[in-house]
Amino acid sequence: MGDIVNKPGRLRPAPENFLSEEQVKAVAAGRRDFLRKSFLAAGAAIAAPLAARASEGDPAILTLPEWSTSLGQPVATRPYGMPSKYESQLLRRESPGLARVGGASVSFCPLQGLFGIITPSGLHFERHHQGWHDIDPSRHRLMINGSDDSLLKKPKVYTMDELMRLPSVSRIHFIECGANTGLEWGNVAVPTVQYTHGMLSCSEFTGVPLKLLLEDCGVDYKKARYVLAEGADGSSMTRTIPMEMVESGEVFVAYGMNGEMLRPENGYPLRLVVPGVQGVSWVKWLRRIEVGDQPYATKDEAVHYIDLQPNGLHRQYTSIQEAKSVITTPSGGQTLLDKGFYNVSGVAWSGRGKIKQVDVSFDGGINWQTARIEGPVQNKALTRFNIAWVWDGKPAILQSRAIDETGFVQPTYGQLRKVRGTKSIYHNNAIQSWKVVESGEITNVQVL
Amino acid sequence: MSRFSKSILVLALVGASTATFAFDSFKGVGRPATSAEVKAWDIDVRPDFKGLPKGSGNVERGNELFEEKCASCHGSFGESNEVFTPLAGGTTADDIKTGRVKGLSSGELPQRTTFTKVSTISTVFDYIQRAMPWTAPKSLKPDEVYAILAYLLNLQEIVPGDFTLSDKNIGDVQKLLPNRNGMTTDHGMWPGASAKKGGIGNGGKPDTDNKACMKNCKPEVLIGSTLPEYARTAHGELAEQYRSFGPVRGTRTLGPEAAKKAAEATTMELATKSGCMACHGMKSKIVGPGYNEVMTRYAGQPDAEGKLVAKVKAGGAGAWGSIPMPPNGHLADEDIKTLVKWILSGAK
Repeated sequence: MGDIVNKPGRLRPAPENFLSEEQVKAVAAGRRDFLRKSFLAAGAAIAAPLAARASEGDPAILTLPEWSTSLGQPVATRPYGMPSKYESQLLRRESPGLARVGGASVSFCPLQGLFGIITPSGLHFERHHQGWHDIDPSRHRLMINGSDDSLLKKPKVYTMDELMRLPSVSRIHFIECGANTGLEWGNVAVPTVQYTHGMLSCSEFTGVPLKLLLEDCGVDYKKARYVLAEGADGSSMTRTIPMEMVESGEVFVAYGMNGEMLRPENGYPLRLVVPGVQGVSWVKWLRRIEVGDQPYATKDEAVHYIDLQPNGLHRQYTSIQEAKSVITTPSGGQTLLDKGFYNVSGVAWSGRGKIKQVDVSFDGGINWQTARIEGPVQNKALTRFNIAWVWDGKPAILQSRAIDETGFVQPTYGQLRKVRGTKSIYHNNAIQSWKVVESGEITNVQVL
Repeated sequence: MSRFSKSILVLALVGASTATFAFDSFKGVGRPATSAEVKAWDIDVRPDFKGLPKGSGNVERGNELFEEKCASCHGSFGESNEVFTPLAGGTTADDIKTGRVKGLSSGELPQRTTFTKVSTISTVFDYIQRAMPWTAPKSLKPDEVYAILAYLLNLQEIVPGDFTLSDKNIGDVQKLLPNRNGMTTDHGMWPGASAKKGGIGNGGKPDTDNKACMKNCKPEVLIGSTLPEYARTAHGELAEQYRSFGPVRGTRTLGPEAAKKAAEATTMELATKSGCMACHGMKSKIVGPGYNEVMTRYAGQPDAEGKLVAKVKAGGAGAWGSIPMPPNGHLADEDIKTLVKWILSGAK
């Protein structure tokens, strides 16, 4: 297999950018040189002179490419820059069969191809409850009122012009859907990290602490212990948020995301940021905040986003995303090109604060090594980890295990199911396992 | 416990930093909301029925409205699983007595419905009022919401067929909800004050307790589940979902014929994205007619395309049965034309 694709830059280009199933099988069966033969045949047929020169060195070096021998494009050819045409395969994708209607569905973020901790805005995962709109910011309003007059002195209305005049904060936070990895509660169901963990993104958000707005309206913190956030879309989605989080200054109404305005799919022009809490509470297209003296039992906290336990009770108002991690490279649905060195890389996060440590196992959890964390580590944000691995060509099972600053250690599937069974749908933060076989193919497995 | 007090400390520090913004007022920013404005937007209904509008509606009226506005997605009896999870079914007379849906723990329930889960009737009223019907949210008057809810309660055998639901008796209905005692807040995942301090939950105590063992942590590796073969290919060509360079390649799962299929699937995707596939199948009736049935009926008619485009846009009823097709004003004209051409040319 080393002979197959290891050759770009080492004198023989690969014929294809992937291994076919047959190739994988052939390699697995020990026929490691079969592709070399097919290459030579193909090369001879297509370009004999090139093949001849290949013996002197790499044609990518010896024959100057057109980008070295012609004039490039002028500035502002693309006034809003786009990724390279060679990056077209990393896209938000739906999981077939998950939802029947695109307006109430999910598109998953391609974690398998991302670096660092910031999600490119165009690849941020989507979850809409009744479709998305591109709202005219000049007609968008934020209303703040109380469930009765005694909780808030002055109900007020703010325009975007006004909100953007107020003191702002910029903070990096992860956002994860409560149902992320929900397809996997009972058994392995999906092939890649995009579908197992892709309802996860991380951005720098900019906006105004909700606390400032509530105080501007004369909130009575003694009586008003809950906040209802409401969207301006068709579903006008609502969720209850504890006032303790608002008072801490953590919760803010955001208009900025990664240096520009929010994308329409992510709530343009205004969304709530509730760090560490599941995405459904980060209400998009935010139109109204109500302060109240009791929780609201909205549809998404009384019919959905409730966690069924083995005793038949549903856990209600589960909100925090507990510590979790996943290896993104290499991961399920990928094939290793060769034996030898790999940088194993992934992300860890916790809704209870900072990530303190990430351990990685290559033998299915018998032995663990501590990975290198890329700092600075942010509060309630994705944290990138890396660890060196030399693959010897033998079967392996890769796992990562996050530990957050509270000392909480990410659980195994066995531990999680022992308490919560397999029908919870929400809040699956179990240790993910990727199995590597001799052919280099990696698949999703669950280790108990 | 120390974990909790530490996080309080951190929160307090964050709070202090924002306090530096504390002006007496943000002069010139924001204005008082008028009472008409608050009334227009403050439509939420709480479990204690604060916010509930006055009004009433009976089961019979609800049945009519449901057939007209809801059945195309939810089925005539709220039983449909075609578009959304079912609304009705799955509870027993005994559940109504106990307030706990037994099927949730016994494993007898094939699928959870809204009424096997919900413990607060306010939730259902609130959601119908704010978000339904699917393509025309917030168009129902309070009396219509009462009527539709009355019909759903009757389907669930909570109220009799001659029942009229109103703001006066909704509290009595709450006492009959089959899963009214089915929620627990005894968990550590509420990010606010604990129940002991007047809030919710146990104050953040996790329910799992893994240890960070590093060496010889267990005698063997137990694999609980592996990727089923169908799941390996159900997500399309994985080789095309990763870069064509870098340390690894996406695994080839389908083969070259997949690309051809994908091209054919483009209009199909448009139909799916536009929500058509929720009610229409290729060949046969789901809620509305199958595309091939439509093609057969319109074959040879003058301006079949124009007629169908108009129908898709405005919606209609009667041509294929009593369940109406909702209007599709949200779709672009060009997309509607593409879809209609595709249907008339034998969609596949």
